[in-house]
Amino acid sequence: MSGDLDQGRIVIVGASLAGLRAAETLREEGFTDSLTVVGDEPHPPYDRPPLSKQVLLGKAAADATVLPTRRDPDADWRLGVAATGLDPAGKRVLLADGVSLPYDRLLIATGTRARPWPDPAQAALDGVLTLRTSDDAARLAERLTAGPRRVLVIGGGFTGSEIASACRERGIEVTVAERGPAPLVGALGGTFAKLAAGLQRAHGVDLRCGVTVTALRGNGHFTGADLSDGSRVDADVCVVAMGAIRNTEWLADSGLAAGRLGVACDAGCRVFNAYGIVTDDVFVAGDVARFPHPLFEYQMLALEHWGNAVAQAEVAAHNMVSPGPLRRPHLTVPVFWSSQFGVNIKSVGVPSFSDQVVIAQGSLGERRLVAVYGYRGRVTAAVTVNMAKWLEYYQGLIEAAAPFPPGPGAADGSPLVTEFPVPSNVPDPRGLLHGPTVALTGHLPDRRLTLVRPGGIRPGG
Amino acid sequence: MRIVVDLARCQGYAQCVFLAPEVFELHGEEALLYNPAVPAGQLDRVRQAAAACPVQAILVGDQVRADVR
Repeated sequence: MSGDLDQGRIVIVGASLAGLRAAETLREEGFTDSLTVVGDEPHPPYDRPPLSKQVLLGKAAADATVLPTRRDPDADWRLGVAATGLDPAGKRVLLADGVSLPYDRLLIATGTRARPWPDPAQAALDGVLTLRTSDDAARLAERLTAGPRRVLVIGGGFTGSEIASACRERGIEVTVAERGPAPLVGALGGTFAKLAAGLQRAHGVDLRCGVTVTALRGNGHFTGADLSDGSRVDADVCVVAMGAIRNTEWLADSGLAAGRLGVACDAGCRVFNAYGIVTDDVFVAGDVARFPHPLFEYQMLALEHWGNAVAQAEVAAHNMVSPGPLRRPHLTVPVFWSSQFGVNIKSVGVPSFSDQVVIAQGSLGERRLVAVYGYRGRVTAAVTVNMAKWLEYYQGLIEAAAPFPPGPGAADGSPLVTEFPVPSNVPDPRGLLHGPTVALTGHLPDRRLTLVRPGGIRPGG
Repeated sequence: MRIVVDLARCQGYAQCVFLAPEVFELHGEEALLYNPAVPAGQLDRVRQAAAACPVQAILVGDQVRADVR
């Protein structure tokens, strides 16, 4: 650190994983002055992945996932109050309670929220839930413990699939409705998604693909839903798992490049304004950020991944207290995981940035395999099912832009399981009911992008 | 005390499951489930598990002191 960067007022908006890890990193890097963290939930920072796993299985309480710290960040925590506006010229964050917080440097880490059911009256039916916060998880876990006759999950992304998995493990009947051709298709492509569909059906999920939910029914209490194929699902609980909305509305009048796709930043987490000019006092990290990645043709990526929130928060915090030449780029290769239906799925790279896929190791029948994805002849992603120890090897191939398909014996000396690559069949995300969790959002920082891609993800429609 | 496991890093070696079976369990072949709130009497075992993790994916610590000022 040099100059006066260890002094001044830093405000972090967002008190979840990215906000917490950034606050810790600022202190670790020697920032000694005023640090304020604003969070709209009343809870101290907590971990979200267990909410759709341990908590729904009844193995942990929803309020038990409060995050440990590496060190106490000695911050002024403003919890239970949302940020409602930003004045970048006056350098102030406006809060819902009327407070105007001055800052010298700002970190935006407001993340995402669950996309609600689009009809407010139907969404208000007792028994219609979403799953994003620990309060959501407490409500859903309570419903599952009460022993519903059937749960309807709308959306077959990772969250929806994990909810369905927890239901089946608890012996609860569950229907999954997905507009796309199969679960997980947005993140993993149509070829891999066939395996996901097979897993769900083998575990007794009533999986309905290629359909939309046209109406939620009930008189005060949710009783069932109408589907676009004319059928009806009778259920007591409905979980709307239609992906996430980035929390950028509070930035609408800020002049920053913030919109539906997230908050655009450079490789050093510095936020662009709407003209594509980089700021030097506003930074962004976590699910709400879009950043250019050299491994994926410098397209802007938005990642809803735990590991990205941590890594990007650390880079942003470092850069907030470091002079130009000592700043670091955020170049982490995306990694995520999901456990469902008894298997552990892990992914490295960006599977949706692909045109072909090949099964490199393992066996489809045993549900133990490595699928390797390629784009125009180079490796861009790999997905393991119960073979996580191989992930690092393929990460190396991605980082080296190794040729695709990988040669026989590339990893374990055995020939590729499937001899020829097949199309990975990554769909247009607009045709899905779930979010892909990795969004390739184009090359431009400008928020006019939202205009050149009309329609967007239109839930339920 | 609280724990969080970096499951992006976890490779399912399951050393933690052997050392602190009341806190960590394998769900299927390699998916790890754990109790994020360390139960009374388990802290020593959890610390051993964190030290023994081959990929150092387990963080043990206190939650933030987020009292309203």
